[in-house]
Amino acid sequence: MQRRVIFDNRALPYLLLAPQVAVTLIFFIWPAAQALWQSVHLQDAFGLRSQFVGLENFQAVLSDPNYLETVKTTIVFSASVTLLSLASALGLAVLADAKIRAAAAYKTLLIWPYALAPAVAAVLWMFIFNPDIGILGRALNNLGYAWDYRLNDGQALTMVILAASWKQVSYNFIFFLAGLQAIPRSVLEAASIDGAGAVRRFWTITFPLLSPTTFFLLVVNIVYAFFETFGTIHALTHGGPGKATETLIFRVYQDGVVNHDLGGSSAQSVILMVIVIALTAIQFRFVERKVHYS
Amino acid sequence: MATVDLNRVRKSYGAVEAIKGIDIGVADGEFLVLLGPSGCGKSTLLRMVAGLESITGGEIAIGGRVVNGLEPKDRDIAMVFQNYALYPHMSVFDNMAYGLKIRGLPKAEIQARVAKAAEILELGRFLDRRPSQLSGGQRQRVAMGRAIVREPAAFLFDEPLSNLDAKLRTQMRVEIKRLQDRLGITSLYVTHDQVEAMTLADRILVMNHGVAEQVGTPLEVYQRPASLFVAGFIGSPPMNVLDARFDAAGQGVALPGGTAFLLPRPRPDMAGRPIKLGVRPEHLAVTSGDGPLIVTVDLVEALGADTVVYGRLPDGEGMVVRVAGLPFCREGETLRVGAPPDALHLFDAETGRRLAD
Repeated sequence: MQRRVIFDNRALPYLLLAPQVAVTLIFFIWPAAQALWQSVHLQDAFGLRSQFVGLENFQAVLSDPNYLETVKTTIVFSASVTLLSLASALGLAVLADAKIRAAAAYKTLLIWPYALAPAVAAVLWMFIFNPDIGILGRALNNLGYAWDYRLNDGQALTMVILAASWKQVSYNFIFFLAGLQAIPRSVLEAASIDGAGAVRRFWTITFPLLSPTTFFLLVVNIVYAFFETFGTIHALTHGGPGKATETLIFRVYQDGVVNHDLGGSSAQSVILMVIVIALTAIQFRFVERKVHYS
Repeated sequence: MATVDLNRVRKSYGAVEAIKGIDIGVADGEFLVLLGPSGCGKSTLLRMVAGLESITGGEIAIGGRVVNGLEPKDRDIAMVFQNYALYPHMSVFDNMAYGLKIRGLPKAEIQARVAKAAEILELGRFLDRRPSQLSGGQRQRVAMGRAIVREPAAFLFDEPLSNLDAKLRTQMRVEIKRLQDRLGITSLYVTHDQVEAMTLADRILVMNHGVAEQVGTPLEVYQRPASLFVAGFIGSPPMNVLDARFDAAGQGVALPGGTAFLLPRPRPDMAGRPIKLGVRPEHLAVTSGDGPLIVTVDLVEALGADTVVYGRLPDGEGMVVRVAGLPFCREGETLRVGAPPDALHLFDAETGRRLAD
């Protein structure tokens, strides 16, 4: 039996492929190529002339102590967001996987935050943590704790971490729940007959069997924390106070759009691009190897 | 090693009663098979013994200790699952050692026990492999090994051979039998396969709709089925069951067509009453002219060693005859068939229970 589809018209397959190719070209390849081109050029402030400068932009970016500070902030931010959102999602998924009343409603509620726009989520968090009008913010100040994320570096970072993690919990939750439900019930039953209590069952059976899911989510969450938290940070803190909550992606925007340093901003974009490509490569390489199911 | 006692055990899911009061005592070292069609509650009953399902009513005792409130891990039982339920991320060795490690046995002891089980089950070469690298039969043996190393009070088997192909199933069946003979550990074994039940069991508990229809040795269940359900479930092809009626003196029974059978012992108390008459296909004999039943042949199945003839009586009732040897008749032919009096089974027409004989 021949399983290949046969097209009578030779042009048809290309026509069918065209929209996808067009989207990829226009929205991915073109901007990426532009970033690459700009990263090796220096443009004047009015965008009238540009001059080839080789790797000077990269040199400038990587030797800037502010940039290295931003790298540090990004690492703290991304690690915290990834850990926090993975751990809480796993906890919630384990709870939702147990036999409970109204499980469907509970699951739906947990998935809601994912549907919120980052700016809306940020406003929501502002209403909680704003020292003047936020419920918790005011309560903290009334209790004598000087809470103002607009002034305190640590508090600002904590808040964007919380907000960004919260937004990602839903996504992780869905995957963890699906992963948990894919673990055969009888394997856990066998473990409980073998003498394992709930905690030991989780760490010796459930968690290892979830490892493909966990690893996949780990990569996705790092990518999220690196690149998709711009909206949250922008709406909550604008990268401030000072540069306390400025991550790499926020700095790309700041340097390029606000400060009109297209060359430096593009060089930063290219660095970020390399990071994403590396993460994706790691994911493809290891996820398949770590799958335990037969 | 221990006894397992079930005392009026019941299970309901809401208003639905899945197990309706099962009483059975399993002796130390006995092999009890729970046999029944799917949905009869046999697996539920086994899972209740294991502690994987709660007990709605009654008492389950293992080794004389009531275990109703105990977690599975505290019941000192080992279970073999239909889908093996091996830990996919552990080697064969770790699969078997898991329960021992949890119990905190010294390393050397664990090594020794696993090595011994591996030797019994011929798994020595596979100890480093993952379950996904094993065949179905090997996985099943690992599952058994995991049960053996624990040296539990009782083994619970939940349809352990259902996922294997026919040849492997026969082979594993023999291995299980040999293993249980050798270890002498009390075993409860759930299956819907009558051949497994007949060959493995010391006693069979036949279940239907959450009720124990009959408890007995394989031959008792075959020779004296306690109900029409058991009669139909055990034996292949199943027993022929015909509507009949006691004659006026209770000396014999007669079919609607007039064919009469004399009973080995008369039942004057039942004179004139309707009855279900059962006779196994393999107990019917084709006679040369004087058999009481006239069977028109519909279909002939040649199994090699046996020939199964599907036919009809003059009034249209179906009749199956199983005779040793090669086919001896063709479709459309008429046979005269008879049955010896002691091959007749009598069941109450209303309740379906066997009449005392």
